[in-house]
Amino acid sequence: MGNRMTLFTKGFLKENPTFVLLLGMCPTLATTTSAVNGMSMGLATLFVLVMSNMVISAIAPVVPDKVHIPVYIVVIATFVTILQFVMQAFTPEMYKTLGLFIPLIVVNCIVLGRAEAFASRSGILDSALDGLGIGLGFTLSLTVIGMVREILGSGSVFGWKFISGDGMLVFVMAPGAFLALGYLMVLFNKISKKQ
Amino acid sequence: MESFRILISAIFVNNVMLSQFLGTCPFLGVSNKISTATGMAGAVCFVITLATLVTYLLNKYLLVPFELEFLQTIAFILVIAALVQMVEIVLKKISPSLYQALGIFLPLITTNCAVLGVALNVCTKEFTFGSGAAHALNLGESMVYAFATALGYGMALILFAGLREHLEMNNVPKAFKGIPIALITCGILAMAFMGFSGMV
Amino acid sequence: MSVCLTLVCLVCSALLAGVYAITADPIAKAESEAIKSSVAKVLPQGGEISESRPLEVGGQASEYYTMSDGGNVVAYAVKSSVVGFGGPLVLMVGVTADGQVFNTAVLSHNETPGLGAKCASDASFTDQFKGFDAGSKSLSVKKDGGDVDAITASTITSRAYTLAVRNAVEAVGRIKGGE
Repeated sequence: MGNRMTLFTKGFLKENPTFVLLLGMCPTLATTTSAVNGMSMGLATLFVLVMSNMVISAIAPVVPDKVHIPVYIVVIATFVTILQFVMQAFTPEMYKTLGLFIPLIVVNCIVLGRAEAFASRSGILDSALDGLGIGLGFTLSLTVIGMVREILGSGSVFGWKFISGDGMLVFVMAPGAFLALGYLMVLFNKISKKQ
Repeated sequence: MESFRILISAIFVNNVMLSQFLGTCPFLGVSNKISTATGMAGAVCFVITLATLVTYLLNKYLLVPFELEFLQTIAFILVIAALVQMVEIVLKKISPSLYQALGIFLPLITTNCAVLGVALNVCTKEFTFGSGAAHALNLGESMVYAFATALGYGMALILFAGLREHLEMNNVPKAFKGIPIALITCGILAMAFMGFSGMV
Repeated sequence: MSVCLTLVCLVCSALLAGVYAITADPIAKAESEAIKSSVAKVLPQGGEISESRPLEVGGQASEYYTMSDGGNVVAYAVKSSVVGFGGPLVLMVGVTADGQVFNTAVLSHNETPGLGAKCASDASFTDQFKGFDAGSKSLSVKKDGGDVDAITASTITSRAYTLAVRNAVEAVGRIKGGE
């Protein structure tokens, strides 16, 4: 049981996909213009990660070794497309905001990485937990980055404005994404080294 | 004139890496040295242009007529994966020297989201260049757009590799070493590129 | 080996076709809902809103809706798209029968977050167009000698927004002239 617990929690800090493993940089930089956007992208990735992890762990034993990567990609692409339709139907505004980065979850290295490194050789329940943990870790980092950029860039948190007027606009724009992530990583390194 | 506008827009104004964040993972991964960056840039140019050509035709003559647009993502990623494999095999046979130069980068390109991103953009988005009305791209424009985007990616990659080579020789605080300082440098580079915005 | 890959592709395609069939209706509904709510936003309350009709706005094919009250058309909602700073900027513009702008709404934009993107959210900019009388005032930004205050540091977006409204007003003039 304790084993399962670490499986679930390791994605938060020890194997955090953004700050430690440095995976999935494109959506991390592109969609974190605000806390809500970052969180939505994280949750979208979480959904694909859990579903594809479960299916891949179920079919892995019968998939011939030579075609396993294409098969995994097809499975992942299927869930991504399902997610696209569902978002388009029920959260059209968010779908518009995240735009291209929803279909691009297909090439997010986190998803294929977990399929290859974990789900293909573990049970369904463990794979689901692993996907959930890593996905939540990713969501957490994206929300934090989004929050920092929103506070600095627009002077608001989750859409609630605490200063009138503009913040430092550069943080909402492209360069601010790199700067915010860079400095947050420095902070993360500093804190984790001390422990 | 229109092609020239697309070229400038895709290389400088909407640089695929510095303003749209596509292909960041390999960007941070292979930008340690100018030589590897150049190799990667060449391979990406080649694959993006080719992949856009194939996916454009696939979309126009197969998916749209049969109303199968919902298969776009899945079809495009399979095409790209297959294409990369094919390019690898063909290059090995035809030009071993080019294969030597690009070979190790080819497998990495399948998961470079710039490739899938450009292919999807060309088939789903409407573009505006200059004062013309928003419109979907035709085949010629798509090719120019894809090639220009790839050029912009390559240029950013090589520029950045040059900066990182210099960074290596400097004494950076421990917590900044590696990726963090690279990201901050990238931010400053992106700021410089913001100067181009509004040009086209 | 290839049998397996084909099988997986077939199963996945079939699954997607199924999901597509289920979600096609809600997607279409969400889209028409978005248009409807923007039309309702830019028109006065009460009255009957017509189906969409084709119209040329600013030299491009577009569409418009009319609102009639007791058989008389009292207002028009015109979809107007122009080129903004970062790409297409599409507005819904409500114009009353006497040529006044009633209200405007942004349908889609690609403007810079925090700068041009304010055209969709900043009330001090968008409220200028409420009740704007295009007959007595000039629909251009102040920099160009008009009566519209541009968003700070976003002249190009403001210009595009104003142009979209001007095109819509001009198109409504043509509809009325044709009647």
